[in-house]
Amino acid sequence: MSKRKTPGLNTQSTADIAFLLLCYFLMVSTMDQQSGLQRRLPPMPEKDQKVDDQKVNRRNIIIVKINSADRILAGSEPIDISQLKDKVKEFLTNPTDDPNLPEKEPKNIEGFRADYPVSKGVISLQNDRGTSYRAYIAVQNELVKAVNELRNEFGMQYFGKPFAKLTEEQQDIAKAAVPQNISEAEPKDVGKR
Amino acid sequence: MATFKRSGKKDMPELGTSSDIVFMFLFFFMVTTQMRQDEVEVSVKLPEASEVAKLERKDLASYINVGPPTLNYQAKFGTDARIQLNDSFKTVDDIRDFIAAERDAMSEADRQFMTVSIKADQDVRMGIVTDIKQELRRCSALKIMYNARKTE
Repeated sequence: MSKRKTPGLNTQSTADIAFLLLCYFLMVSTMDQQSGLQRRLPPMPEKDQKVDDQKVNRRNIIIVKINSADRILAGSEPIDISQLKDKVKEFLTNPTDDPNLPEKEPKNIEGFRADYPVSKGVISLQNDRGTSYRAYIAVQNELVKAVNELRNEFGMQYFGKPFAKLTEEQQDIAKAAVPQNISEAEPKDVGKR
Repeated sequence: MATFKRSGKKDMPELGTSSDIVFMFLFFFMVTTQMRQDEVEVSVKLPEASEVAKLERKDLASYINVGPPTLNYQAKFGTDARIQLNDSFKTVDDIRDFIAAERDAMSEADRQFMTVSIKADQDVRMGIVTDIKQELRRCSALKIMYNARKTE
């Protein structure tokens, strides 16, 4: 008695079909990454809500202005964009406890320390209607870079790793220790100063 | 003398594995692909930034394009920066309806994670961007992203 062999299925055409599908997806796909700077806008104040200026101590706020000629004013002096990052870092860390720079508030960070001094500094970004978007994004980028570098330094100091290599809990701790307080102010015309 | 004797006819060997590789490619593209969106009618050259973060959920993003109209629309709309929502030129006042429509299209649970991605040309003035931001605040679509190209 001879063994019966089941005949093989003819699968040659599947490769062609797969090729066609492949070509289709190659055509329609866009590989561009969506990347950018993420921000949270402040909610609109209610109409009947009184505009009470939040009492933010003068020393806790740095105002970064960009005028219509894309020149930058940080605090009270004009500054070049290349120096902005260091200025902001100094503002946020206040290494010498300068009374003109923001105060620090001991904060309880869960899973880390009960009294880590967290800076109360807020960066307020103001721009003119004539400011170019390129300059605006460049400044935003410098501000984010300052915060990211501080978080990296924090990670290196306490966990021995840069921020990106920390675990999720450690990242949360670093975020709590170095908050990103960038406020995009109500629109007002900065003018050509 | 010994001779090698060929038995039977000469056969092409079968190529059986190539389809698997093609299938793998196919799946790769199917997973990574995102269908090309609507036609762009404004030319957008994104500004550069080094500290960009990736958008995690593309399906939760709505896009607002801002820039000068492309060449074939310039005759009709001029060269001033315009806002494009979906497939047509709109004004700032239309953003409200656009956001409402985008919200409706999402499931209840996802609405709070909606991100509005502002794709603006690097040469537009901030005035139009500020108007958009104010309108978004009014619609309480507060999560936004300024699209930018990554540089080192």
